[in-house]
Amino acid sequence: MISLLRVSSVVLGCAIGSAMLSLAGCSKKDDSSSTTTTGTTTSGGTVSLNGAGATFPNPLYTKWISDYSALPAGHGVKVNYQSVGSGGGIKAISDQTVDFGATDAPLTDEEAGKAPGKLLHIPTTLGAVVLTYNLDGIKTGLKLSPEVLAGIFLGDIKSWDDPKIKADNAALPLPKKSISIVHRTDGSGTTEVFTQYLAQVSPDWKTKVGAGKSVKWPTGNGAKGNEGVTGNVTNTPGSIGYVELAYAAQNNLAVAYLKNHAGKFVSPTLDAISAAAAAMGDKVPDDLRMSILDPDGDASYPISSFTYVLLYAEQKDAAKGGALVSFLWWGIHDGQKAAPGLHYAPLPAAIVTRDEAKLKSITSGGKAVLAAP
Amino acid sequence: MKDAAASELPTDKELVPASTKVARATRKTNRDVNAGDRIFRGVTTFFAGLVVVTLAAVAIQLVMTAWPSLSKFGFHFLYTRDWNPVEDEFGALPFLYGTVVSSTLALCIAVPIALGIAIFLTELAPPWMRSPVSFLVELLAAVPSVVYGLWGIFVLAPWLRDTVEPGISKVLGFIPMFRVPESGSTGLGMFTAGLILSIMILPTISSIAREVLKATPLPLREGALALGSTRWEVVRYVILPYARSGIVGAIILGLGRALGETMAVTMVIGNSPNISASLFAPSYTMASIIANEFTEATGKIHLAALAEIGLLLFVVTFILNVLARLLVWRVAAGRRYKTAGGRT
Repeated sequence: MISLLRVSSVVLGCAIGSAMLSLAGCSKKDDSSSTTTTGTTTSGGTVSLNGAGATFPNPLYTKWISDYSALPAGHGVKVNYQSVGSGGGIKAISDQTVDFGATDAPLTDEEAGKAPGKLLHIPTTLGAVVLTYNLDGIKTGLKLSPEVLAGIFLGDIKSWDDPKIKADNAALPLPKKSISIVHRTDGSGTTEVFTQYLAQVSPDWKTKVGAGKSVKWPTGNGAKGNEGVTGNVTNTPGSIGYVELAYAAQNNLAVAYLKNHAGKFVSPTLDAISAAAAAMGDKVPDDLRMSILDPDGDASYPISSFTYVLLYAEQKDAAKGGALVSFLWWGIHDGQKAAPGLHYAPLPAAIVTRDEAKLKSITSGGKAVLAAP
Repeated sequence: MKDAAASELPTDKELVPASTKVARATRKTNRDVNAGDRIFRGVTTFFAGLVVVTLAAVAIQLVMTAWPSLSKFGFHFLYTRDWNPVEDEFGALPFLYGTVVSSTLALCIAVPIALGIAIFLTELAPPWMRSPVSFLVELLAAVPSVVYGLWGIFVLAPWLRDTVEPGISKVLGFIPMFRVPESGSTGLGMFTAGLILSIMILPTISSIAREVLKATPLPLREGALALGSTRWEVVRYVILPYARSGIVGAIILGLGRALGETMAVTMVIGNSPNISASLFAPSYTMASIIANEFTEATGKIHLAALAEIGLLLFVVTFILNVLARLLVWRVAAGRRYKTAGGRT
């Protein structure tokens, strides 16, 4: 009987333990964005700025933070950035638990409405979503048109030797092998950019699937994170998946050429991404919330996107507001030099000018926070 | 020899009344108002209460967060298959199915192996082998689940895809369960998840089962051997029946780990919310969908649906544990009945 009791208490413990596990996971994530908030007081002449958001620009922001702290301007400014994901960043800045948020996709009107004040979008750098594949003997040169890409991810095109794929790749020895699709399974800005592109170029995709950070995939396997997609693709012959450019470049993955709006096949290079941003020309909207998917221009890579920092137009604390704006000012100028090394495309000059205007417009108590740069 | 026996007997006799005295004395001090005892009692009651309060708080918080989904979908949530964050349509069936099937599969694989290990280590292994082997088995429990997941992706999945699954499919392919899906297998899916889980729960089950088997009183074994039983008969008719409830407990503990395991499963199950007849097709579990989508779930209903999945996981774990407890009781009661009835 005693042994029975012992066993049953162990059993109950395990019930609680395993059930709590998932919950602990949930609440932890909530905390991580809220804990960053409290330590924002200025003490001993040090200003500490906290930010949270997208994982995509995290390597760049981390570099900025370390470079900036070494500068005279950055003396006494301590910036923390937590890459909790775009969703978490939007939530944190809306709840005012951080000084700045970061997101890959601009806020929707609904999301912007939830924030207690006016949030400004500051584009900080550019990235791209690339298609990586695993085909024996085809390390480079696979060309995909938007229609074929949508067809593959919808599950309509099932085999690599489908005539639709062959039409653009006459020179390649495409095997008679079924296509296995790998997509991100965790909610991510990368998925949002990719599905927005598909919805834009394929009416079928728009009605059947739509766009979002998580969508109902018609087919394929889900993998967690860029590393999960990469792992699955490199391990599964005949597979195709999408990852961020930086990830593909660092891991030397085979990437596909995509057909852009002008009908040219373009490989995802930093120049091609900057070209996509520059193609916006003077069509850049006032609030800088813009999509550069499937842009005009012969050299533009079609699945490029900005990533944004979010901050309030009216800063509560003048000292902190000033430090934050100075940091971002440095980021969109000198900070851009760090971008190519980390496989981000630098901002085109036109966008930098627009960013400058935004940063200058930020106030605290009616006064502009930016000291003359 | 006689002396020893004689000296033992009286001590035994003395012990009985002495222990009764001790028991009475303990009861007395409990009733006595002693500051130290009272504090001790207060502290332990507080700790025990803490668990209950935490559990209740978690449940309340979950229900509150899940409320929009609970009120929107009602019972539909349990038996619909659609999981579409774009359209805000959510149903939990594929995840329920994935969790239950992957855990069951893990148990089916792990239980016989774990019991085999436990029996070997307690009954058959030469003494010099017991400690090192049991240490190695327990070491399996110390491997982080992300390592299992990576190993699953890079080593296990390709091997299963190219060798094991086609092999099984060739022999047992007439059963839909063992048929490779038409679109081909990537090596990631329910079968791989079950296999990884079985390795992860193996040490839990085998080490507890080993302790339980070890606890079989020596006289019982010796008695059985004296009656001319073979090793197998001792294990089958004496040790296993004696340890039955403990073994069930060990299995339940393993099941608990399998149900809640997130990381390794997420990495190898394929994360596709489908209910497929084939074990080689990708699937999804409740813990995985929460881990995957919670961080970036911005929609209210999406978040609520994920919280409801959490609630469901809570309920499923609870139900399975209650069932298991009933099973333990029944097994124990059955044994008493059988012994009383004299039928063995």
